[in-house]
Amino acid sequence: MVLPKFEYLAPTTLDEAMQLYNELGSGAKIMAGGTDIIPPMRDKAPGSKCDFLIDIKHVPGLDYIEYDEKQGLKIGCLTKLYDIQTSKLVREKNPAVAQAAKYVASTQIRHKGTMVGNICNASPSCDTAPILISCGAVAKVHGRDADRDLPLGEFFKGVKKTNLEPGEIVTGLVIPPLAEDECAAYIKFSVRKAMDLAIVGVAAWLKMDGKKVVDARITLGAVAITPVRAYNAEKALIGNEISDELLQKVGVAAMSDCKPISDVRASAEYRHDMVRVFTKRAIMKALEGYKEGEI
Amino acid sequence: MKKILSFTLNGEPCEVLCEDNRSLLDLIRDDLGLTGTKKGCEEAECGACTVMIDGRPVNSCATLAREVEGCEVLTVEGLAKDGKLTPLQKQFIDKWAFQCGYCTPGMIMSAKALLDHNPNPTEQEIREAIEGNLCRCTGYAKIVEAIQATAAEMAEMAAAQKGEV
Ligand code: FES
Ligand code: FES
Repeated sequence: MVLPKFEYLAPTTLDEAMQLYNELGSGAKIMAGGTDIIPPMRDKAPGSKCDFLIDIKHVPGLDYIEYDEKQGLKIGCLTKLYDIQTSKLVREKNPAVAQAAKYVASTQIRHKGTMVGNICNASPSCDTAPILISCGAVAKVHGRDADRDLPLGEFFKGVKKTNLEPGEIVTGLVIPPLAEDECAAYIKFSVRKAMDLAIVGVAAWLKMDGKKVVDARITLGAVAITPVRAYNAEKALIGNEISDELLQKVGVAAMSDCKPISDVRASAEYRHDMVRVFTKRAIMKALEGYKEGEI
Repeated sequence: MKKILSFTLNGEPCEVLCEDNRSLLDLIRDDLGLTGTKKGCEEAECGACTVMIDGRPVNSCATLAREVEGCEVLTVEGLAKDGKLTPLQKQFIDKWAFQCGYCTPGMIMSAKALLDHNPNPTEQEIREAIEGNLCRCTGYAKIVEAIQATAAEMAEMAAAQKGEV
């Protein structure tokens, strides 16, 4: 099927891209890998139409994975999911981020799609959002007049809607480092291992003092219109010692943190119950850690 | 409006007039007549349209032709040289790794991308490399076998070559 008509633009500097994006206004879209842009366009899905497609792939300096002791992992907006998944640096510093990248779609899509594109697409079941939110990541936002840091926890507004202002571009992500006493994990529950969306996705970030949880951030994916923090679960967790009983309680608390829908993948009731199960598992996984070669 | 697009296709320079809304898949099949690359779903789901761009396996249905400006594109037609199949292609035949063959070009491109950077993959790695390629008739066992056999054959060839030097 032929794609609807649009004009393709390929700026070679960030300034040029910004200028185009701001001048062309709401009819323009920014594209990196394009894997979440092209198929919906072909389907004429709501919101997919655009008059101008601004491909930023040729803007230099936006494809990087770096680590800074203070700020943590830095990932560029053109860095492909496959490169994040396979990065030694990411696997060493925060394996849960590599795991989340690997959960997305298929090998082919991860060779084209980017992590920043994955979050900007703002699907409720976005695989990379929960771990970024739990780890306290921020999006580096480039605006016409000013730049700003937008925490991932405040990034999502609704289904396919973000809190980016018109004309703003996300140029990268910064994920704070995991301290010695901190750990994180993301678990996706889906029917198939590849090419499937999550029934439930749960990310857990914990700060421990021996067996006691000092601080926690739990984020749920695919069970509300945006990824959501499980504040009730966190409350039940913080200040207590890890035990089977506690995890049971935390899982039940997480059920009150979400508003899942029924769809072809699962009923709302089932999702609710799986939030209980996978919240427990994500916490256990964070505590257990990732083994060499596991991802 | 049609504009000129230049890229390298199967090792040869290629210049072609193309519209902005042309997919790479349609360009390859309909404008350039290379129909080895298949169109299955056009949804980036089935992998029948897999080609390699600068060494990476991608879904050509989810790629705009314009995106490959200046890139190296490899399709299944670019594998055999002078009518001689590559070990990977031969192993697909020897191991009966296809039935209708519709998924095969995409499967082969994904397998090639894997073997190019990981000549000695585990079964798990092979299955992950073809996770975005659906086959509805052969089942995946024979396909995995063909890829394993290729890896073994290439390791043998490399060892033999070393011995000669
Ligand atoms: S035709 Fe491209 S993935 Fe199916
Ligand atoms: S051989 Fe028929 S789909 Fe794979």
